[in-house]
Amino acid sequence: MSVPFILFFTCSAIAVLGALLLIIAREPIHSALALILVMVSLAVLYLLLGAEFIAAVQIIVYAGAVMVLFVFVIMLLNAGVEQRTNYSKLAKFAGVPLGLFLLLEVGHWMWRSAIGSTIANGPGALSQTSISTPDLSKLLFHDYLFPFEATSILILIAILGALVLAKRGE
Amino acid sequence: MEFITQHAVLVVSLVKIVVLLFVLMTSLAYLTWFERKVVAHIQSRWGPYYVGAHGLLQPLADGIKFLFKEDVTPPTADRLVYLLAPFLALSLAMTTLALIPFGPLTGPHATVFGQPILVIANSNVGLLFLFAITSIGVYGVALAGWSSNSKYPLLGGLRSSAQMISYEVSLTLSIVGVLLLAGSFSFNGIIESQKGGVIHWHVWPQILGFLCYITAAIAETNRVPFDLPEAETELVAGFHTEYSSFKFAMFFMAEYANMITVSCLATILFFGGWQSPFPESWTWQLYLPGAGLVLLGLYCAYDTAMHMRGLARVQLAVVTTLALIAGLICLSHSALPIVQGPFWFLTKVILFLFVYVWIRGTLPRFRYDQLMSFGWKLLLPVSLANLVGTALVILLVKRG
Repeated sequence: MSVPFILFFTCSAIAVLGALLLIIAREPIHSALALILVMVSLAVLYLLLGAEFIAAVQIIVYAGAVMVLFVFVIMLLNAGVEQRTNYSKLAKFAGVPLGLFLLLEVGHWMWRSAIGSTIANGPGALSQTSISTPDLSKLLFHDYLFPFEATSILILIAILGALVLAKRGE
Repeated sequence: MEFITQHAVLVVSLVKIVVLLFVLMTSLAYLTWFERKVVAHIQSRWGPYYVGAHGLLQPLADGIKFLFKEDVTPPTADRLVYLLAPFLALSLAMTTLALIPFGPLTGPHATVFGQPILVIANSNVGLLFLFAITSIGVYGVALAGWSSNSKYPLLGGLRSSAQMISYEVSLTLSIVGVLLLAGSFSFNGIIESQKGGVIHWHVWPQILGFLCYITAAIAETNRVPFDLPEAETELVAGFHTEYSSFKFAMFFMAEYANMITVSCLATILFFGGWQSPFPESWTWQLYLPGAGLVLLGLYCAYDTAMHMRGLARVQLAVVTTLALIAGLICLSHSALPIVQGPFWFLTKVILFLFVYVWIRGTLPRFRYDQLMSFGWKLLLPVSLANLVGTALVILLVKRG
């Protein structure tokens, strides 16, 4: 049992637990906190894969920026405990078996694929293929420059659209 | 012994963490003393004077008081989040210091079992990790405001989240210029790129970036003149109104730990980190740390003999002896190389902390709308212009 091995399973367990809590919690702030937990433990998983840059950016962007805005909006609107209706019968009878089936199928194919066998050999096996920050920036700003810039323009358009929609009511 | 050599990373890291925690806790306590003294002298007062010589035992008395105060939890508070918030604030504020290098990582006496002594976590993207940790630091304040379930804390929490989101953008943009000059995300790389004395420090080409950084940093740490989340004339005590006893002390300590982190970062990014401001050929500078401590000891001895009476005289005599012994150790031949890095680093950090307190003692608080328009309409464009300008100059110099 190596340290990365223990860390991998601990963080995976925390991520799954956080995701469950996110759905179960009734208070919006608790759900947001659970989501932050998921994102931070995912960052640790990236770190175990040797992707230091991605791990740091994951925390800065998701936990540090996106979720802060979520929490801010929840506080601003003073959202109370969420209301729940009776669960739909369709979800109970069709959803649960279908969900389980999907889980099994994804697990099966993950196991069969190359990634699955590498993970089975221990997560430490992957961390040798570490990507350095210069390599990553070369990929983003040289090889994939057009898709990268197109995505940022897309996001800009989305922000402008949101502004237009918000201002139209006045 | 065999265990230590086999698990060198684990054992050495644990020892470093324990030592750093001890030093950090003590310096947090004495930072409050330092601040009270400096602000008092700015306002023509004496500051703490009665508990120990020059009030030197005041932090200890404050700590004991915090421990024994009644700990009240408001009945309507969200208990889990209410408890979580101060822990989150303090632990995140202290974690950042694990990334800070206090001295050179290689060289004589700089390693034990192949592990560098003067840094806990040496990462290639150290700066990014530091920003990652500080970016989740806002939750401590925001959650404290929300979970107290009371008007003033909620308003304070809202204000602080808005303020931290606004100023974090400028804070990050203001240091990208330094990153472009250094070409590295690691603290070590940034410090190495400023080698060769005071003229090579990044503060000169990046003076605009530095001014933006220090302004945004004060706002990030919720200090005067940007302390609107806890503006007492409007919000009682802001986000920590409902916190008492040691939980209040934890927020207090988190604020001071953040001040130290921000000062360390300014030292590393703009002022050459642990490097001396003088050229390497001036060998007499090696004796500066020891000489400084001996001078401090001599001054304390003079003070003890001339001005102190009773118990205070004994206390100051202890300080005198400690300073003299430490000074003589620093002057000894084997300790000379190892004390240089930490000496310069700590000197610069203490200067920054002084500037922090100085600003607190001189500037009045902003109004909330002034704060927001200042952040978005002045600080952000200036730091963006600085970034574009730096990038252009670097490109032209490299091409030409």
